[in-house]
Amino acid sequence: MTYLEAIRAGLRQEMQLDPRIVIWGEDVGVRGGVFRVTEGLQQEFGEDRVIDSPLAEGAIVGVAIGAAIGGLRPIPEIQFGDFIFPAMNQIVEEAARMRYRSNNDFHVPLVIRAPIGGGIHGALYHSQSVEAFFAHVPGVKVAVPGTPYDAKGLLAAAIADEDPVLFFEHKAAYRSLRGEVPEERYLIPLGQAEVKREGKDLSIITYSLMVNYALRAAETLQQEGISVEVLDLRTVRPLDQARILETAKKTGKVLIVHEDNRTGGIGAEVSAILAEEALFYLDAPIRRLCGPDVPAMPYSPPLEHAFMITPEKIAQAARELARF
Amino acid sequence: MADSQMTPELMKEIYYYMALSRAVDDRMWILNRQGKAPVVYSSNGHEAAQVGSAFALNRGEDWIAPYYRDLALVLAWGMTPREVMLHVLARADDPNSGGRQMPAHWGSRRLHILSGGSVVATQNAHAAGLALASKMLKDGRVAVAYFGEGSTSQGEFHEALNFAAVWKLPVIFFNENNGYAISVPQRKQMAITDVAARAQGYGIPGVIVDGNDPIKVWEVTRAAAERARRGEGPTLIEAKTYRFVPHSSDDDDRAYRSREEVMEWKKRDPLITFEQRLEAEGILSAEEKARMQQQIKDAVNDATDYAEKAALPDPATLERYVYAE
Ligand SMILES: Cc1ncc(C[n+]2csc(CCOP(=O)(O)OP(=O)(O)O)c2C)c(N)n1
Ligand SMILES: [Mg+2]
Repeated sequence: MTYLEAIRAGLRQEMQLDPRIVIWGEDVGVRGGVFRVTEGLQQEFGEDRVIDSPLAEGAIVGVAIGAAIGGLRPIPEIQFGDFIFPAMNQIVEEAARMRYRSNNDFHVPLVIRAPIGGGIHGALYHSQSVEAFFAHVPGVKVAVPGTPYDAKGLLAAAIADEDPVLFFEHKAAYRSLRGEVPEERYLIPLGQAEVKREGKDLSIITYSLMVNYALRAAETLQQEGISVEVLDLRTVRPLDQARILETAKKTGKVLIVHEDNRTGGIGAEVSAILAEEALFYLDAPIRRLCGPDVPAMPYSPPLEHAFMITPEKIAQAARELARF
Repeated sequence: MADSQMTPELMKEIYYYMALSRAVDDRMWILNRQGKAPVVYSSNGHEAAQVGSAFALNRGEDWIAPYYRDLALVLAWGMTPREVMLHVLARADDPNSGGRQMPAHWGSRRLHILSGGSVVATQNAHAAGLALASKMLKDGRVAVAYFGEGSTSQGEFHEALNFAAVWKLPVIFFNENNGYAISVPQRKQMAITDVAARAQGYGIPGVIVDGNDPIKVWEVTRAAAERARRGEGPTLIEAKTYRFVPHSSDDDDRAYRSREEVMEWKKRDPLITFEQRLEAEGILSAEEKARMQQQIKDAVNDATDYAEKAALPDPATLERYVYAE
């Protein structure tokens, strides 16, 4: 099934098991979401559990915080990651700080779903990668699945989690990525990276849609005699430090890839971990291949293409690193 | 200066821009189906509200802060069909964004059209700020924010109205109420029937107008602009209208509203009803109408050809203008 179908199947399964789960957001009910992720859920679970909300992200999340504390398990949807910022205040100041500020008296079991990423002619405001903003915030967890299987398993774990989780779905992955997804329920613990391909010459550390692109690049390089390991972080908070170090120590060369812009991105944190803990195992400087440091992705095809990371760009960067 | 009297000549000009907008709009959808324009946002159905209000202001001189629905508004404000098509086809010479923004994200300093992003309701605060600048610099300008009713659920909408009211700013908040926020009908967005009622909470006038009648829209906008220029503060105008097409080219409105409902509103298509009125009142002759239609057809063809031949942005410009250069 597709990445999108895996998320929908996961939502459905969890809602069948737990009547406390409620979804709301813009266009999620009758329309099934602008990407159709929640399609059919309102028919199945009723208007009380899948609610078309007013257009106000601050309240979409703020109300969810109150509802979570009151005993529900809300899974609000933010229509595009780009429109999560009106809710920034509620996420960062309230959801993330609730447990800590109350000395463990309160907590917020909440999953906020939002599509991220570009390459679909979405322009500046329908293409953003917003994960690094939240990865900076202690108190929230941030899931960035890169395969249909992981999407379903991480979603189940996010819903089961007693703390707020941001669940970022890559919109270009929705219909383009397919894979085996079991019918039965399974959980992928938050904070466990996974080696998606074994290799020995260099490691690509990445997440979300770029996992697929990295695997495609690895395939190309295989034919050139370069053996690439691909580590999928799966969550960018927490980061799986052990597996990051393991792959770096194994291959001695690390290329970090993300679509989000470079400065202050996840790659910076991964690099710092490597510099602190694995410097003497490295045979080459760490390399980052990231979105450019421009405010957001432009619309016109030549500009969008120049912005986007592609399997070809990844292969080229890996090739150069392998030669080092 | 905006005219202070409604004249037959003015009515014809309003009609011209409404018809021009509809023709440009129709062409955008064709370009979308041809695969030349990946995304289209339409003003189809909103023309009377937009053009009627524009003509009540000093076009190109006052400030407008439009949203993605406002094609007819920016045409009436002075943007040319060629400029619009350069934007729709994301060409390098697009005056709105150099092809950077998704279509219908207007902006031109030359025309006093504030650049807008996609995040709804933010422009209300900007319009209040532009109005504050005009008030302090005494340049006599009014600022007008345009927005959908769905966006009035945002906190920033309310915050902007409050600021503008307390500071008595020369600003107009112009709501184009088409009854839907994408698929969500008004009754699920707010528990009131009139967006205009929100004005009460801020101590400013809230005016309801038939958004499909450009002359009525012209009248209430004129009154609001005069009030603003007299220093009496902001007005919230709610123009009740309807969009005849899906939210965007990525939407399918059959999923959330009946064809009967759409047909019912189409009986009051602002372009057709205004045309009929001008004909009935003897303002628009058959020859004049034919001449205008030809002029519009030529303008749209010219704009499309011009934009199709125009160059796309150079990828080397990707990292320009993040900061001053
Ligand atoms: C803050 C924010 N959230 C969500 C969106 C996505 N979105 C774009 S238009 C829209 C509906 C707007 O409805 P309305 O304000 O009534 O304007 P209309 O399109 O009907 O003219 C939504 C939800 C957005 N652009 N900005
Ligand atoms: Mg609307």
